Amino acid sequence: MPEFFHRKLERSTIGFVLAIIAAASVGGIVEIAPLFTIDETVEEAPDMRFYTPLELAGRNIYIREGCYACHSQMIRTLQDEVERYGPYSLAVESRYDHPMLWGSKRTGPDLARVGGKYSDFWHVAHLTNPRDVVPESNMPAYRWLARNSLRTEDLPLHLEAQRAVGVPYTDEMIENAARDAYGQASPDSDSASGVTERYGEETQVRAFDGVATRVTEMDALIAYLQVLGRLTDAAFLDTAAPQKPPEPIE
Amino acid sequence: MHVKRRTSHTGDAPHPTTNESDCYMVATLTGGERQIALVISGLVAICGLTLAAAGRQDMLGAHGFIILVFGLACVFVIINGFYEPEPSPERFSSYYDEPIKAGVIAAMAWAVFAMFIGVWVAALLAWPDFTFDQEWASFGRLRPVHTTGVIFGFGGNALIATSFHVMQRTSRARMPDQLSAWFVLVGYNLFCLLAVTGYLMGVTQSKEYAEAEWYADIWLVIVWVTYFILYIRTIARRKEPHIYVANWYFMAFIVVVAILHIVNNIAVPVSLGHAKSYTVWPGVQDAMVQWWYGHNAVAFFLTAGFLGMLYYYLPVRAQRPIFSYRLSILSFWGITFFYMWAGSHHLHYTALPHWVQTLGMTFSVMLLVPSWASAGNALLTLNGAWHRVRDDATLRFMMVAAVFYGLATFEGSFLAIRPVNSLSHYTDWTVGHVHAGALGWVALITFGSFYTLVPSLWKRERMYSATLVEVHFWFALAGTLVYIFAMWNSGIIQGLMWRTYTDEHTLAYSFVDSLVAMHPYYIARAFGGLLFLLGAIVGAYNIWMTLRTAPLTAPRGSDAPQPVAVPGE
Repeated sequence: MPEFFHRKLERSTIGFVLAIIAAASVGGIVEIAPLFTIDETVEEAPDMRFYTPLELAGRNIYIREGCYACHSQMIRTLQDEVERYGPYSLAVESRYDHPMLWGSKRTGPDLARVGGKYSDFWHVAHLTNPRDVVPESNMPAYRWLARNSLRTEDLPLHLEAQRAVGVPYTDEMIENAARDAYGQASPDSDSASGVTERYGEETQVRAFDGVATRVTEMDALIAYLQVLGRLTDAAFLDTAAPQKPPEPIE
Repeated sequence: MHVKRRTSHTGDAPHPTTNESDCYMVATLTGGERQIALVISGLVAICGLTLAAAGRQDMLGAHGFIILVFGLACVFVIINGFYEPEPSPERFSSYYDEPIKAGVIAAMAWAVFAMFIGVWVAALLAWPDFTFDQEWASFGRLRPVHTTGVIFGFGGNALIATSFHVMQRTSRARMPDQLSAWFVLVGYNLFCLLAVTGYLMGVTQSKEYAEAEWYADIWLVIVWVTYFILYIRTIARRKEPHIYVANWYFMAFIVVVAILHIVNNIAVPVSLGHAKSYTVWPGVQDAMVQWWYGHNAVAFFLTAGFLGMLYYYLPVRAQRPIFSYRLSILSFWGITFFYMWAGSHHLHYTALPHWVQTLGMTFSVMLLVPSWASAGNALLTLNGAWHRVRDDATLRFMMVAAVFYGLATFEGSFLAIRPVNSLSHYTDWTVGHVHAGALGWVALITFGSFYTLVPSLWKRERMYSATLVEVHFWFALAGTLVYIFAMWNSGIIQGLMWRTYTDEHTLAYSFVDSLVAMHPYYIARAFGGLLFLLGAIVGAYNIWMTLRTAPLTAPRGSDAPQPVAVPGE
């Protein structure tokens, strides 16, 4: 009987295509749609910040260079991972991430909580030639990051696109995006104070690449790396074994 | 399809080096089709010019320029052949094979290119200074060039070419027109070109196996819808009452890949002058959508499509009908239904809700049933033809592919079990698993199918050299085995080192310790990949020499759409 039914189905092109669509749709609908409706999917974290323009630019460099191919940003709920990298990652921590960068392979270590783990100077040395600071490393050298000036004039457009997909940037943030990117990497300039006003006191304002006169791609990438895991304290508080959140970096 | 392996042996067959016009592509189009092709190429060139102007401050400008040149090249080719005599009405008594030939050549070119890049990125892990201090040559940029090049460049062109061949033969119908197939093939290669050149410049969405940016994605949708319509129109013209099983798989491949591609790539561009876009999916939902896409790209691109190949070329080459019709039905619907639930097994122990992980694991384990039904169906088809498997390297390619398909799907179900995944995830074991499927299954079934297809397509008696097919087979098999054994070792060692504790209950190894332990395996893996690449080069050379110098088959009557041996029951 089922075979008879199938013999009929095989005679209709459109019927067969519709049957494929029907069979193939169920799994995705059942697994994806509820992720938007079940509230527990993403935890509450009132202190959750989102990326400054400089950090967003750094994140885009992270994406451009394909860092996600070797570094995950997702600490799993396994004892050894928590001990090695810190509290396991919560969904809320990537709530404003478009796209997420959880990664799928660890040729290098996880970076979900790398923020504050190393000094800016270490990152500059490491990105310029990883083997200068970690002799066994097989990471490529990214010398051009310190050479390339950061493109900032189009950052308002980037923030606007981010807002269109759900990140709550204000009009003021969008308007001042280029200025804030400059200010965050130029602590002695007039633009620096606006950054903490708009993005919170926790925001790190420093000459990340060690050169205060120029905003480079190195500044942006290090600003991003130094904020990883530090957008909210939720992961330190909301777990079975709460830990003290890390101190702000000065 | 006729496999003329035992036609009369003629030593003085004419050398067919000049019997095909170089502009055969245009010459086979009707006058009306030439005009439409000219308009489409012109529109593509104008789009390229627009993007080049709008994106002159951005990498988008470079891509606009590439599109412009590509469009103009097509215009030039069409104009060059515009006043060729039109094809005769007799064309309807034969299949339309010209785009298939181009697809086979494109697939082999992509194979050699992308496998070379694969060996390079493998070498970069062992010797990281092979970048020569060039931005485009760093691991993160070359890796998607390799994955896209082999999956979409090699695999995609192979699927398009073989699907055009299979859909016509098993329907005993010629394609309804000449232009659609060319649009699909050429347009698809433009997509691949944009994707690969983009990664070198740093243009990427970072979504694995869907890295191409918004404009390339939109272009692929246009191409893919055309592909779907062409397939449906050809199937609708069939002279067989039933749709043959290979076409079920090709249709599932086309339809589901379209759904996956569109949903995963919904994004908001920064502006129409920027290559960069931001996906609409946030964080955890993005992770689920991405791996729903990622895993089903494996399912419907790398499995369903290639099962379509297997269900046609294996029985043809073995000269045996498919073992069981019922098993075909079971495995087809099992794969189509179960696979779509399995993607969440890429996210075990992550911030994805536990219930989704459990569903993904459950369906991944159940997937073993339809997967082994397919692999078993293929191997049992060979019953009665095992002497051919022994003697014929082409058939052996397909037999070993079916075995690797069975092994890789078993491994896949196994790795999807949560506790197993806790060890294997993030390690080289996953990479080894993917290559057991990609090298052992996808590439071997493709080479087997090509060695079956090429002589019949170019109407040659046989491949240029049976010995070289044999050489290719052993290179490919040895390369695959070296590769996956290296990755099993490195992956399991890595996973164990990460979780080993000392007696004092502290972690025994730093991350760098595990990296140092990988070094010998990274060298072994690059060597395995090199063997596989050498095999592919031998294969490409053999195919090239076949269409340059192998003797033509004796003229036969009309090349169908007549009743031909349709494999199966």
